[in-house]
This record gives sequence, structure tokens and C-alpha cells, in this order.
Amino acid sequence: MPAPIIKVDAISKSFGAFKVLDGLSMQVMPGEKLALIGPSGSGKTTILRILMTLEKIDGGHIQVDGEQLYHMERNGQLLPADERHLARMRQKIGMVFQLFNLFPHKCVMDNVTLAPMLTKGIARAAAEKRAMELLDMVGLADKAKAMPAQLSGGQKQRVAIARALALSPKIMLFDEVTSALDPELVEEVLNVMRKLAAETDMTMLLVTHEMGFAHDFADRVLFFDRGRIVEEGKPDEIFRHPKQERTQSFLKKIIAAGHRV
Amino acid sequence: MTQWSGYLGLILQGALVTIELTLMGSVLALIMAFLAGMGRVSRFFIIRALATTYIEFFRGTSIFVQLFWAYFVLPFAGLSLTPLQAGVLALGLNVGAYAAEVVRGAILSVGREQYEACTALNLGRWQGMRYVILPQALLVMLPTFGNNAIELLKATSVVSLISLADLTFQAQVVRSQTGSTLMPFLSVLVIYFALALIISWGIRTLERRMARGLDGVRV
Repeated sequence: MPAPIIKVDAISKSFGAFKVLDGLSMQVMPGEKLALIGPSGSGKTTILRILMTLEKIDGGHIQVDGEQLYHMERNGQLLPADERHLARMRQKIGMVFQLFNLFPHKCVMDNVTLAPMLTKGIARAAAEKRAMELLDMVGLADKAKAMPAQLSGGQKQRVAIARALALSPKIMLFDEVTSALDPELVEEVLNVMRKLAAETDMTMLLVTHEMGFAHDFADRVLFFDRGRIVEEGKPDEIFRHPKQERTQSFLKKIIAAGHRV
Repeated sequence: MTQWSGYLGLILQGALVTIELTLMGSVLALIMAFLAGMGRVSRFFIIRALATTYIEFFRGTSIFVQLFWAYFVLPFAGLSLTPLQAGVLALGLNVGAYAAEVVRGAILSVGREQYEACTALNLGRWQGMRYVILPQALLVMLPTFGNNAIELLKATSVVSLISLADLTFQAQVVRSQTGSTLMPFLSVLVIYFALALIISWGIRTLERRMARGLDGVRV
């Protein structure tokens, strides 16, 4: 049995008086596809943002790929991580955002090549070659010279996926990546993610309201409520036979809202 | 008539000095604006404090006083400046303080999601600033920079007080030599206005070029 690639240990996080994560612990195995579901405010997005170092933690420990994320081990002591340590740890992780967060002043190609050239010192020619492969993978090879404003939401999100992949992270975080899309554009993004799951052994964590997709895509589903994991299990267990009352009522509401499970 | 053209020559010489002051003052103002504006959003308290002190001091004291200090008081500290140097220094530092707030505001106007994308892509603070934040902020700064440059152009007239022969100074000379008030003052009015128009037009052109592609319509 290999070691987990992510070990979250008793993480707590508050925004003011609101405790968004309450001693959360979880483990993710290498290559695992994980779906995080739950009502809004349950902490599922926050844990992704914490893994990407976009939020600070109030307490607890996180291990990523065998190393502490927010702490450095020096002479047997655990110290708070400095910017250099964080930068090294971020190389292992990539993230795709709900609102794409593309750089609007750069064309698609430059969006994808900027970070590899700056952070890994890859030469432009090599970075562009790799970018073309990735754009081809997400079906946008013909849009390399387009500006983000000329793309549809689905296209923007596929560019954002290619941009994150260009840094070859071991772990990819997807934060409600289809929530801001028109319904007819959702599928093109989900298709890219299916392809990604089939063709790579990347560890993928996704926060989603697409229950049907979570069911087909994930190896394991975690149901979040009030900063804790209330229930977890294989998709069939969670979606067909939820044990916890809170999971049942959440799924009932989701189905009533017209989502396919 | 030949006399008039001679006097017009004087005024045009003054216009050259005014243009020179405006250009050099703008360069210094731009440098100060970026130094102080970025200093205001620095992580380090001491840099923020220095930037804030500079901005508050130069916005809070009159440009006349600043010019007199640069020209009449600095020599006591062993630093003698020519009128032109003193003029550029006072104008650049003064307008730079206003423009620094423009830089700071523009940097803060770039959405948090852009900063987060930089973090997620592991760009360093400076890399993110240089390649992602500033290029977008620049577009926000431009219109107000245009205002600042025009303000600077008009403020150049204060250097006539330290006997630098700029446009305003020459107009006074012509007026006292010819006894005519309308002709010299009308000429400088038209020239200031024309120079301001050139600045407006230049900024608008820059703005159009930089906005290209951003909204998906103008490519």
C-alpha cells in the first residue's frame, strides 16, 4: 500500500467568527480521483484553497507528497513555512478556478507558457511546443493566438486547465469548474477532465455540484457539512445508499433542484 | 510686423523651455509615481512608511514653496541647482506624489482572482506584479496620468518665479517691452492649450493601443 500523497490532519480555519473548517482530517492516495460535495459554506472549497496556499490555516498540519506544506522541518523542529518553501511545494499542485482567472491581457498561448518560462526557466520554443500539445489535448489548438475575451466560457476554462497542466503538477484541484458556465458548455469541460483522468495518473480533487459527473468520475466521494466530512465512500454508496441523514437530505435537495445523480 | 515676429520668436523659445520642463518633469514624476505607488503596497512597513511620507509631504505643501526650497534653500545644504534642474525636481516630485496614488489605486483595482492565479501558477510576488498585475493596472492608470501630465504642463509656469525663461516668463518680457497685453497673453494661451491637446491625444492613442484585444471586440 503506497503512502498517501495528501494527508490533512486536524485543520481548522475561521473567517472571523465563522468556523469554516473544524478539525478536518482526510487522506488522498496517489492517482486518486476525489469528489468533494456538500452545501455551500461547508468548507469544501476552502480546503482546496488551503491546499493551493491561497488561505492561511489556523491550526493543524498538511503533508503533501511526503513533505509538510505549511511547516518546514529544521533540526527536528517544525517551523512555519517561508515563501521559498511554499514556492517549492506549489510546484506539486495546480488549480483550476470557477471563474477561470485567465490573464486577459495575454493571448491563449502566452497564458499557458508564462508560468513554465518564468518559474521553471523553460525556453520559449520548448514551452510553446508543450503548450500546443496541451491546447490540442483540450481541443483548442486553433485558438492559440486568440485573446481570452474572444473565447466562450467553456473554451476559457479549457485554456485554464491547459495552463495549470503546463506546470506538470502531481495534484490538480478543480474548484467548481463548471459552475459559471452556460449549461450547453458544461459538457466540453467535463470531457476534458474525463480525458485527463483516463490519460494521466494525476491525483485530482474536485469540488462540484455536478453530481452525475462526480458519480462517474470519482473513485471516492466526500460529503462535507459545517467544516467536517460527514460521510465518505464509493460514489455508489454515497449517491445510492447514503447512511447519514444530512447526506440524504442534501442529495434530496439537489435532486429536487433538477440535478441528475 | 518684423518686430512682432521677433517677439513671437521669444515666446516660442519660452515654449521650448516649457516643453523641456514638461518632458523631464514627467519622466521624474513617472519614476517617483511607480516607486512610491508600489512602495505603498509593499509587504514591508518601512517602505510603506517612506512612500506615505513622501506622498503626504509633496501633496501637502505648495509647489511654489517646493520650488523655492529646491532653488533657494538647497544651496545652503551645499546643493546648488540650475533653474531648470530645480524646476524639474520640484515638478517631478510634486506631480509624482499625486501620480503615486494613481499607481496604488490601479494596482489595487486588479481583481483578487488575478493575484490568486499568480499564486496557483507559482509566480513570485515580483513576477506576478511585473507580468500580470502591472500590465493590467497600467491601462487603469493611463487616463489619470494624462490629467497629471496636463497639470504638470500648466504648473511649469511657476518656474518663471525663479527666472527661468519659460513660456509664461517670455510672455511677461514681451508684454513689458511692447506694452501690448493681448498679443503675448493670447499667444501663450493658445500654446498651452495646444500642448495640452497633444498630451490628451497621445494618451488616448496609447490607451487605444493597450486596450486592443482586451474586450474581444477591438483586435
